[in-house]
Formats: sequence, C-alpha cells, structure tokens
Amino acid sequence: MDAPNERDAVLQAHAQNHAIAALLAVKPACIVNARFDCGELTLWIARDDIRPVCRTLQKAGYNFLVDVTCVDWYPSEPRFQVTYHLLSHSLKQRLRLCVMVDSLDTEVASITPEWPSANFYEREVWDLFGVRFGGHPNLRRIMLPDEWEGHPLRKDYPVEGYR
Amino acid sequence: MDAADFAISPLIEPRVEEGSKDRTMVLNMGPQHPSTHGVLRLVLEIDGETVLRLVPDIGFLHTGIEKTCEAKFYQQVVPLTDRIDYLSPMSNNLCYCLAVEKLLQLEIPPRAQWLRVLLNELTRLQSHLVWLGTHAMDIGALTLFLYTFREREEILKIFEDVSGQRMMGSYFRVGGIALEPPVNFHERVQNLLKMMPERIDEYENLLNGNPIWMSRLKGVGYLSAADAIALGVTGPPLRASGVDWDLRRDMPYSSYEKFQFKVPVSDVGDVWTRYLLRVEEMRESVKICQQALDGMPQGPLKANAPKVVLPDREKMKTQMESLIYHFKIVTEGFAVPAGQVYQAIESPRGEMGYFVVSDGTAKPYRVHMRNPTFASLQALETMCVGRLLADVVAVIGSIDIVLGEIDR
Repeated sequence: MDAPNERDAVLQAHAQNHAIAALLAVKPACIVNARFDCGELTLWIARDDIRPVCRTLQKAGYNFLVDVTCVDWYPSEPRFQVTYHLLSHSLKQRLRLCVMVDSLDTEVASITPEWPSANFYEREVWDLFGVRFGGHPNLRRIMLPDEWEGHPLRKDYPVEGYR
Repeated sequence: MDAADFAISPLIEPRVEEGSKDRTMVLNMGPQHPSTHGVLRLVLEIDGETVLRLVPDIGFLHTGIEKTCEAKFYQQVVPLTDRIDYLSPMSNNLCYCLAVEKLLQLEIPPRAQWLRVLLNELTRLQSHLVWLGTHAMDIGALTLFLYTFREREEILKIFEDVSGQRMMGSYFRVGGIALEPPVNFHERVQNLLKMMPERIDEYENLLNGNPIWMSRLKGVGYLSAADAIALGVTGPPLRASGVDWDLRRDMPYSSYEKFQFKVPVSDVGDVWTRYLLRVEEMRESVKICQQALDGMPQGPLKANAPKVVLPDREKMKTQMESLIYHFKIVTEGFAVPAGQVYQAIESPRGEMGYFVVSDGTAKPYRVHMRNPTFASLQALETMCVGRLLADVVAVIGSIDIVLGEIDR
C-alpha cells in the first residue's frame, strides 16, 4: 500500500505502548513502518525479524495470537501483506503486525514455535494466498483439496474461478 | 478429471508398535457422522480404544465467502455474514457492521446499540440451546433435544417477527438496524425471559444428577490454561480452563459496558465444566436481555448518515434528496475511507473477529473472518490424545463446533 511512512511520528506518539517500548529496546530497526488508525496500532515488521519480534512481544505481555491472515496488494510490490493480530489479556490491548512479502520470494518464517495456534492460520494463508511459511510443521492445503491449482484469494484469481 | 484425482488422502498411516507384532489402527470418522455436527472429518489413530493421534480434515463446506465479499458492496456483505455461522447469525452481523462502522467512524444511536445487545444475547441463548440439545444427544440423552428446541423455537419466532426470517435475518445494517421491531416485540421477549430461568432449571434437572451424563463428562477432555492460550482457544472452553477473559466485559463494544453481568470462570478444564459454564452463561444472558429490555432508550434506530444509511421508505417517496441518496446507495454503494480495522466480539463460541481492509471504494478490498471454532479445533488433539475413542464425541460437542464458520 502506498502510504507515507509515519514510523517516527507514530513511535514517538506511542512511546508508552508496551509493544513499541519492548521492540525499541531490543532492535529499533525491526519496525519498518507504523500507523495508528481508528484506534488500532499497526506495526510493519522487517520480514526476517518476525520470529524474534513475536518472542519479544510474547515476553512483553502479548500472550495470545488471535489470527494470521494476508492481504494481496496486486499488482503493487511487495505484493502480500501477511497480517498478525496479537492480543494481551493483561494489558487489554490489541496489536497488528504486518510483514510485506514479495511475489517472487513468498516466504516468511513460521511462528508456530512461538504460538502453536499459528499452525492452522498459516496453512490457511498458504492455501488461499500461496505465501509459504518456512519451518511450518505441516504446510498442506487446509480448505481446498490437495490437487487444487492456484490460490483463490489472490487478486488475479477470478471470483468465479477458472472454468 | 477422474474421481480418483479427488480421492481423500489417508493423512495418517497405521504404525507397528515397538516390541510387538500389533499394529495401531487408523479409523476414519466423518465427514458424514452425526456427532461431528456438520462435515468434519477426523482421522484417528487408535490402539485398542485409546486415541494416539487425531488429525482433523476440514474444508468440505468451504464456499469462498471471503472471496465473494470482495465482489460485493459493503451493504451486500451483511447477508453473507449470516451464513458463516448459521447458529449465531446476529453475532456475525454485529461484528461485521461494527468493523465497517469503525472505518466510517459512525456514531450509532443508543437505542440501536441496546437492541443489538438484546438480540445478540437472544442469539447466544438460542445457540447455546442448540449446543446443549445436540451435545446431550451425542452423549445419548436424547430427550433434552426436544426440550431445548422448544425454547429455541420461541426465540426464532422473535427473530422472525423482527426480521422476517427465522435464521438468516440480516437484521443489522451498517449504521444501525434495518427495521423498527414490531409492536408486540417487547411483550414477546418479556414472556420468553420470564419463562427461561425455569426452563434452564428443567434442563439441569434432566442432566445434572444423571450418572451416565456425569461419568461421560467429568474429567474428560482436559485442557490446561497454557495450552488453551497457545492453541488459540477462546470463549467458554478458555474460561473453563481458568482464564478470566470475556470481550463483553474486558473490551466492551456496542454499550456492553452499561450492563451488569457475571462472567462464569472455572479452572477445572474438562467437558463437564464447559457444560456448567455454558448453562451459567445462559442465565447471565437472560439477565442481560432483561436489562436491555427494561432500560431500552428512546430514539432513532439508524445513524444520521444519509450517504451510508438507506432513508426511510416514506421519506424516499416524498423527498427528492432522500430519493437520490437511496438511488446512489443501492446502485453505487457507499465509499468507505481507506484503512484496516479488526473488530472482535464475544460470539457464543468465543472471539469472533472481522478484519476489514478498505481501499477507499464501495467494495471491501478484503474481509477476513477470525472464527472461534476454527482455532478451537486445533486443541481437539490435545484434549483427546490418551483418552478413549468415545470421549472424542464428548469433546467435539464441548467446543461447540460449527463447520460453517470453520470452512467459510
């Protein structure tokens, strides 16, 4: 998505936020972009940093992985926005992490070691978007038959399917 | 393509046990099995009657609703959301509407919010009634089904009264509620609420002292709090494992902060506890409904946003401007500012969330549903391994599975 990079402004305005404080203390460069919109904080994370970031956030109190999904920004590059929703039961706060993935090299590290619940979510993203998760224990299709061709939620896949 | 191309893969193979000539057995359960509550296929590896592994195979009901949403206007998505979780259509309506309203930054009038709470709690009641009836039927207590469906019918009649449909009401709209409830609405809901506590006692009388019911449920399907969180379990199973978390109380939406209710929690973590908590939740829902009914504020049911909310029929026929807005909304939809929101509510089964991405046009760029039982299904193996085969049926019932929302 082409949007101005508001990273520094957002990070400054939300310096008190536990997630931002924890990440800045460990590795400030892992946050590529940040936005605060409709009362929700979104952090764009460098692709290679997603697992360490999740570990850091887990320690910072974000104990629950709500969801992993993806948005296809075809035809712009990087094309896929892998989206993680985290929740902290103790802070009563939500956080969205995004990792942008290129269409030529669609691989992100799986976060199943951090949260086993990512297993199904990542399989769903692989099935419907074709984004690979490195280190996933069982990256098979989950909704569609194993023989299915293509990944239906990609924007270049017709709504009616191929006939 | 041949039929053989779509042959169902075996998923797991039988193994030879160490130091023995025996092999484990692989058992296929479903997709056409009455106790899987739809079309869930489970492949089980068993040793005698003990479950060693359990692999769920889903997707038989996958209809690509998320893809379909991208081709519809925002208001046309509402009827699709009904069909995701067919046991709690109003919760889906609410969650989707709240997400889009968040993007639009719409202020919803208090009366609409209260009516939404009332109908959502009725939805929770009727969903729990279906769960209780079918769960008991899975265990072998066939009678209860008839009792719970008697009350569920009353609730569905109320839904029919307000929306014209028993199940797929699509009664909530972006910006408020579609129609005024009928004149006798208050009275009908009041009658139902008066009757419900007594009826819930009746169900408990039928089940609680029953030795078969108790021995099939107690100590079965244990799930620890740490496992529940790691596996993404939400709702009553999470609370039965001792995590005190309810979105209605902890992250309130649609005026839930104005209602007084208890959140039943227990740390036993077995199927029996999940049963007790859900029944307790039904009693709390009745209380919330009563509060909503008694304290229902006056005022409009739709937000003051002519570009988003369809005008009243009367105005449309008499005022030029309303006619134009009506025409524009129906033919072109309404544009939603670009952005991404995630809105979650406590559905009868746990945290239901809608992730809506807008690119500034009248059609959603992406709608993703986070469904509670899709996540809870992952905990099934943890709960069943090492237990008897017959317990699998009790455990599936206890996570209140709805395949429509798992497969979407």
